[in-house]
Amino acid sequence: MQYEPVIGLEVHVQLKTKSKLFCACSTEFGAGGNKHTCPVCLGWPGSLPVVNEAALKLAIRAGLALSCQVAERLQFDRKNYFYPDLPKAYQISQYAMPVNGKGELLIETKGSDGTVVEKKIGITRAHLEEDAGKLLHEGIPDGSLVDYNRGGIPLLEIVSEPDIRSPQEAYEYLTALKAVLQCIEVSDCDMEKGSLRCDANVSVRPTGQEKFGTKAEIKNLNSFKMVAKAIQYEIDRQTELVAGGEKVVQETRLWNDAKGVTFSMRSKEEAHDYRYFPEPDLVPFTLSKETVAAIRKTLPELPRARAKRFIRDLGLTEYDACVLVQEKRTAEFFEACVAAGAGARAASKWILNELLAILNEKNIAIEDCLVKPDALAGLIRLVEGQTINNTTAKAVLLDMAATGKAAEAIVKEKSLAQVADAGLIERAVDKALAANPASVADFKAGKQKALGALVGAVMKETQDKANPKTVNEILLKKLSS
Amino acid sequence: MEFQIDKVAELARLNLKPEEKTRLGKDLGAILDYAQKLNTLDTANVAPTSHVLNLENVFRADEVKTSNAAEKALEHAPHRDGDFFKVPKIVQRD
Amino acid sequence: MDLTQLTLKEAIDLAKKDGAQPLLDAFSKRAQALNPKINAFLRFDPAKVEKNTEPGSLHGVPVSIKDNICIDGREVTCASRILAGHVAPYNATVIEKLKKAGAALFGQCNMDEFAFGSSCETSAFGPCKNPWDLTRVPGGSSGGSAAAVAADMTLAALGSDTGGSIRQPAALCGVVGLKPTYGRVSRYGLIAFGSSFDQIGPLTKTVEDAAILTNIISGHDPKDSTSASQNVPDFTQALQRDVEGLRIGLPKEYFIEGIDPEVEKSVRQAAEVYRKLGATIKTVSLPHTEHSVAVYYIVAVAEASSNLGRFDGVEYGLRVPAKDLREMYFETRDQGFGQEAKRRILLGTFVLSAGYYEAYYLKGQKVRTLIRQDFEKAFREVDVILSPTSPTPAFKIGEKTADPLAMYLSDIFTIPANHAGIPAMSVPCGFKTVPGTMGTGSGTCPAGVPGTVELPIGMQLMARPFDEASLFRAGYAFEQEVGIYKKKPKL
Repeated sequence: MQYEPVIGLEVHVQLKTKSKLFCACSTEFGAGGNKHTCPVCLGWPGSLPVVNEAALKLAIRAGLALSCQVAERLQFDRKNYFYPDLPKAYQISQYAMPVNGKGELLIETKGSDGTVVEKKIGITRAHLEEDAGKLLHEGIPDGSLVDYNRGGIPLLEIVSEPDIRSPQEAYEYLTALKAVLQCIEVSDCDMEKGSLRCDANVSVRPTGQEKFGTKAEIKNLNSFKMVAKAIQYEIDRQTELVAGGEKVVQETRLWNDAKGVTFSMRSKEEAHDYRYFPEPDLVPFTLSKETVAAIRKTLPELPRARAKRFIRDLGLTEYDACVLVQEKRTAEFFEACVAAGAGARAASKWILNELLAILNEKNIAIEDCLVKPDALAGLIRLVEGQTINNTTAKAVLLDMAATGKAAEAIVKEKSLAQVADAGLIERAVDKALAANPASVADFKAGKQKALGALVGAVMKETQDKANPKTVNEILLKKLSS
Repeated sequence: MEFQIDKVAELARLNLKPEEKTRLGKDLGAILDYAQKLNTLDTANVAPTSHVLNLENVFRADEVKTSNAAEKALEHAPHRDGDFFKVPKIVQRD
Repeated sequence: MDLTQLTLKEAIDLAKKDGAQPLLDAFSKRAQALNPKINAFLRFDPAKVEKNTEPGSLHGVPVSIKDNICIDGREVTCASRILAGHVAPYNATVIEKLKKAGAALFGQCNMDEFAFGSSCETSAFGPCKNPWDLTRVPGGSSGGSAAAVAADMTLAALGSDTGGSIRQPAALCGVVGLKPTYGRVSRYGLIAFGSSFDQIGPLTKTVEDAAILTNIISGHDPKDSTSASQNVPDFTQALQRDVEGLRIGLPKEYFIEGIDPEVEKSVRQAAEVYRKLGATIKTVSLPHTEHSVAVYYIVAVAEASSNLGRFDGVEYGLRVPAKDLREMYFETRDQGFGQEAKRRILLGTFVLSAGYYEAYYLKGQKVRTLIRQDFEKAFREVDVILSPTSPTPAFKIGEKTADPLAMYLSDIFTIPANHAGIPAMSVPCGFKTVPGTMGTGSGTCPAGVPGTVELPIGMQLMARPFDEASLFRAGYAFEQEVGIYKKKPKL
């Protein structure tokens, strides 16, 4: 029997506010223990919450970008449970009347025939809630330490429908979600800093069956790759169980990345009964059409739309367009580069293949790069005008990234302009042929590969400045004569 | 009405002595019986009251203020370890 | 002159001239002498009486605070073992306001544990006694505040009222107690019981004193999302001895079987006084009154069960040493909470739990709507509703502890105002004479003389939301007409 996985993701993103959701404490990451706390986020008796307007607006913004139905009326609820990271013994969340109802996100996924197809992943809801504090266990044999700096930071919990059918789709969903949320500037979505967290609900069922199987919830997923790996592991584990006639237990499992397995938390605490009820300390909220429309107006072009425009208007490949729009600033850099006169395909190629590699190596963001979009356009112009060849251009780009100088200046300074003088190249070809008789013999014996070695020798002779096309032509002429 | 005192005490994190269970269980059963009188009222078309005021949309601006509450809080904490509150071992039970 | 006999108004006038020190000395001395008998103050250290020299309307006179309101740097316990030793790291908004107005914060008042009770008997630190008869309860939960004011151990006090916790002890101790409109006074810094019911209010010797304190503590607070933005009028302007044309309603559901005949008589006489003063008296109906207690013991305790989750030994208050976290939770909460707190936590947890939410909590919220609508209708016909505050005068200590439901039912006249969020005030309106033993043995009064004691009776005035002014108007006119407030317990 064939089995198919059914996957839903619960993503928590930290909303980019200066202060916490219900108090004026800073949301800055990395402060000393309990430094960013006050009577409210410490849950001190007698303290009361007041909603941060910016957090609600960011939540609505995210909802609109995810095509959610934004509520006309919303309220906060208390979710009651005991845990030391929860100072009030309840979390202020949204249960009955969340800010964002049903929505959807489009992802790119490979069809069965290998072609890229668009798929719609439903979003059940996206609601506001406060974060819990942080427990520190490491190196403490007899207990845990509690730090409430994170407690009360605004989170948006985005719950997907169980529409995801493979680890790859889960990965694509997270990538697309991150691209949207970063693009609209509601969250940094930085998993390392905990500003994006993901839990996965996974079940399997015989292909064709409508009823869902029993699901397991997987936690402790610290990167998108881990999410995909853990889901694959869980699919395999559950399929084996079900195929062997055993039952999947509904439980929470933790991913152990070092061992590459999920394992049960084995928590037999009483079945959760969160006793949700409307938070009496906060009043309800009514969102007028005007308020929502005003927020909608400020939304930038979303990544999907931008990618489609790149394909349609600029002739980019599906792949290049999708990668470019994943980071808003990369897409902006690309557009500025095109505006400065570079060809779209060339600009895309130079950004994706060369510039991003340099940035990765230097570990800096594109906006901090010394190469500005018009400077890259200048470099591309030199290549297209055959002033320099690709190899030289790559070296020039490295130089540009290190010094911030213009491509023209570097080429001039280092005399890197391409040699198109046929006489000069002919002399270099002659020298190369004389110096590499073995390669000449090989080529004449039919080994096409030998030509490459000879081209290389010519380029070396001209310090990489020769126009490769001219080199090729002259070489072939001489070899065949 | 029988009050499921064990289940509720577990949820409320209350350790009750056997005699407390008997007494409180009896009291609570009587109170719930008394509350049954509400079922004589038809509330099918009545909206619930969560708030008595018709207040809506109460916000604060997104501004950061510092507080020295944590220092005072830690000073009087039942168990402090440096800048942190300390709790006993969290044991997952089988 | 015995300075402790002064009203707040008189004391302020005196302090304006001579400073507040003579007053502070006099109250310290009297409180020190009486507190061992009455137990009105949980913490009262005469050496530590805070002198406030801020030039404000109160001129440094003493005001006492119920022990569920946070004062920065001072212990606040809610009369519970679980908070013993807990020091508040910030001021409640009402404390900020009182300090700014020049109050000297004078002792923290005893109360029912977490305000759970109507007799002050659930205090973990011993019951408070009624100054009119030390074998009787002062009422609750703000029993300490009421007893301290009645016994002239303080000038005035703040209490909190969730289901009658200011008005009922005020009635039983013969003082004035006001529960303002929900949202009128900030709850920031009041340790919550039922968040959608709780209000802080004054307990004072006179209606005028109540108006003075209400002026000070009222007003919008950005720290409390449920704080109302309504304008706060000067309530002392309502003290005009004039009720001409005021429409006063007597709710027929409040004069029922089980009510003490002396109480009923006293309140009906008060209605007569109003009629003579030019008010119109008519009968009104609040048909869902009989359900108010049941709704209260569902909705308010649900909120309480959640509000009390934070007392878990992690950050503050009691922690029972334990081998692991789970045991710490259970042992701390078992040893920290008293019986009534446990009873209400269990009840509140139950009505919110899966499978029971709709039948109890949601049903309760819906009936709460019906109770609110009763008042909306009644206030179309009248301006003020007059009723007894409590069905009986002060009862004996221990008399009702065995039957919690009977205790709960004694709050039937005060709870509805909390359901509706409307302002309500208890004003002394008479006495019932019963056999008893008077005297504390202090001063000139011999102890333990058998004979009779007089127990105060209170009447309750209720008005539309934010119309405290009508309560002050009606309360003041009655009080000045009959002069009951001048009578003092023989201590």
